[in-house]
Amino acid sequence: MADMAAHNAHHGQHDAFQHQFEDMEQQRDAGTFGMWVFLAQEIMFFGGIFGAYIVYRVLFHDAFEIGSNLLNVRFGAINTIVLIASSLTMAMAIHSAQAGKKGKTQVMYLLLTVLLGVIFLTLKFSFEWRTDYHEHLIPGFGFVIRNAWGGAGIHVPLFFCFYFFMTGLHALHMIIGIPIILVIAVMAWRNRFDEVYYAPLEMVGLYWHFVDIVWIFLFPLLYLVGGRYLSNGGQ
Amino acid sequence: MSTTVIAEIPGHERPSVERVNYLNVDHSVKSWLLTHDHKRIALLYLISITLMFFVGGFFAVLMRLNLIEPTGLVAPETYNKLFTMHGVIMVFFFLVPSIPATLGNFLVPMMIGARDLAFPRINLLSWYIYILGAAFTLYAVISGGVDTGWTFYTPYSSSFSHTSVIPTAVGVFITGFSSILTGLNFIVTIHKMRAPGLTWFRLPLFIWAMYATSVIFILGTPVIAITLFLLGLERLLHIGIFDPAIGGDPILFQHMFWFYSHPAVYIMILPGMGVMSELITAFSRKRIFGYTFVAFSSLAIAIISFLVWGHHMFVTGQSVYAGLIFSVLSFLVAIPSAIKVFNWTATLYKGSISYEAPMLYALGFIGLFTMGGLTGLFLASLATDVHLNGTYFIVAHFHYIMVGGAVMAYLGGLHFWWPKITGRLYPDAWARFAALVIFVGFNLTFFPQFVLGYLGMPRRYAVYPGEFQVLNVMSSAGASILGVGYLIPLIYFIWSFKYGPLAGPNPWGAKGLEWTTPSPPPTENFEEVPIVTEQAYNYAGTSESAHG
Repeated sequence: MADMAAHNAHHGQHDAFQHQFEDMEQQRDAGTFGMWVFLAQEIMFFGGIFGAYIVYRVLFHDAFEIGSNLLNVRFGAINTIVLIASSLTMAMAIHSAQAGKKGKTQVMYLLLTVLLGVIFLTLKFSFEWRTDYHEHLIPGFGFVIRNAWGGAGIHVPLFFCFYFFMTGLHALHMIIGIPIILVIAVMAWRNRFDEVYYAPLEMVGLYWHFVDIVWIFLFPLLYLVGGRYLSNGGQ
Repeated sequence: MSTTVIAEIPGHERPSVERVNYLNVDHSVKSWLLTHDHKRIALLYLISITLMFFVGGFFAVLMRLNLIEPTGLVAPETYNKLFTMHGVIMVFFFLVPSIPATLGNFLVPMMIGARDLAFPRINLLSWYIYILGAAFTLYAVISGGVDTGWTFYTPYSSSFSHTSVIPTAVGVFITGFSSILTGLNFIVTIHKMRAPGLTWFRLPLFIWAMYATSVIFILGTPVIAITLFLLGLERLLHIGIFDPAIGGDPILFQHMFWFYSHPAVYIMILPGMGVMSELITAFSRKRIFGYTFVAFSSLAIAIISFLVWGHHMFVTGQSVYAGLIFSVLSFLVAIPSAIKVFNWTATLYKGSISYEAPMLYALGFIGLFTMGGLTGLFLASLATDVHLNGTYFIVAHFHYIMVGGAVMAYLGGLHFWWPKITGRLYPDAWARFAALVIFVGFNLTFFPQFVLGYLGMPRRYAVYPGEFQVLNVMSSAGASILGVGYLIPLIYFIWSFKYGPLAGPNPWGAKGLEWTTPSPPPTENFEEVPIVTEQAYNYAGTSESAHG
């Protein structure tokens, strides 16, 4: 890669310039556009499971209401706030690069983002999912259908199946995102990003915001649609 | 890193000996396995999908052998595995990547005057993902096979089958991401990296077809990924997502499966249509008739293809009204498809037609695709579908589109661009002979199946009543001719790679930026960025200068 950099310096190009492009602007355009196309793919990826969820929510309304009311809305709400805050710090990291701030400022915001992401995942797995396990609410792992649920009980595992699958898929996206942010942070530490070149930072930011938005849809769809505040249900 | 290598090619500094091109720039295995060059990745794909084609074809041969006798030659359980593995391998590991990953990878940057795709590393990654998916599926084949049919219908696949459903599903799931990455690369490259002057309406129609295909890759493939994931989850944890006995809905699986898999058949045929537009214009020496109509019909097919999936489910108990709407929408797809066929035919009119091997495939495509398309209308009509659904009529219809259409176009395209890819010519007489053998073998294999299906022989059965034997033996005889037809090009392509006469930059006198560079092209494709000043297929200009 050192040769590459020398080659680029020779042609008066930025270090990160790739040979297949005409100039840095085209490279950045292509990168951003590619990320948006990737996110379109992600929307369809989550769209399939969201579609299936909605079909079953209509078909098995009562069971899904019971299931939704069994979720711990406090964890969900706290995690929503944590995740929105992480989006803010991510946006700040990009902004500090655009404003030409030093690499260390970018690194600070990126590490804050990672920290918030880790808090989210810790709450999700170590607290929320663990409680669910002890309450026998994980399908395939000793799920117990309770008599109190009546006839709708047989379909309650279906709700939890979707709950674990959707939040798990979302968490998987975060687990993939965090190491990528760390790599970007190392690049920022080496002062690779400035107001001319910050494309990788922007890309990972787009991804992170997308993962946040998925949660913004998941939270009401899973935790709030059970009519918990209408029927005075819940814990 | 190979990028370093690319940066170091000073083509003009080695004037003597052999010209440096993408093939001879570096002969090490590492330089191939870590290449970022779209042309080399295209060749990696070409080798992989050819292997998969012959594995899938091997299962087809065994199936046709079994059906020579009404009582069958193999156990029904074995037969179920044969047709499943034939379908899975041919659909997901040959037809879907066939033209996009080989010809598309090679040609998209060349046709738009770019040095490479926008994301060369992602391009290489897509090939490794494909190989990983293929490895899982081949493992499933070795570990006893899978018997669900390529459609993986639940609840059989999720609760009852005792075969390697999960490794197969994982293989298909993984391979889907290689398609997604290819589609992403194409869309970005076509949007952002066209040469100066190459406006959207000056693009070769192959590029329009690749673009439409990529849109389906991006929007369709993730849905089958999630569907197969849910299937695997149900199978592993016994959660009632699709199995009605434990609270699920099997029809939902079919909806989600066909939401991808119907558009997927357009993934397989649209690139073929793109190749067709190139072949027909090159060998009739005419600009395409109705350029904009052909271009937009590709996009129309891509869009409508997402709205017709319900026609696979007319007899599965979906509501009659849904059936009516899906029927009407399915008829709509016939319009852009017919536009293409009519425009190719109109292009031939008063053209200066020559019958080189690629053109024979192209003419074969027009006839066979038309038959496949028209018989599709039988299946899109609610009433006739009730009679024909689940019979050999569907098998024949599908193969007329997929083999008579997609594979014919793939072979035609391979013959057309082979001199560009390798710099060598293949023996034309053998190529024409093979095209003829394939055409005859194909029709003998699949035309009897239309009749069989109409008479009521169901698909996917290992045995059948004796009265169907004559037609089945005809079909099996045709299949052996077809098999020979596919082996001939394999032999002379391999031969020509080493011993074929040198082709020169433009052996066909065709139009398009890819023909303006040497064959095989240098790693950077173009010595300097081309500037485009004319419309696509400007053959009128060439014929004037040729006569003058």
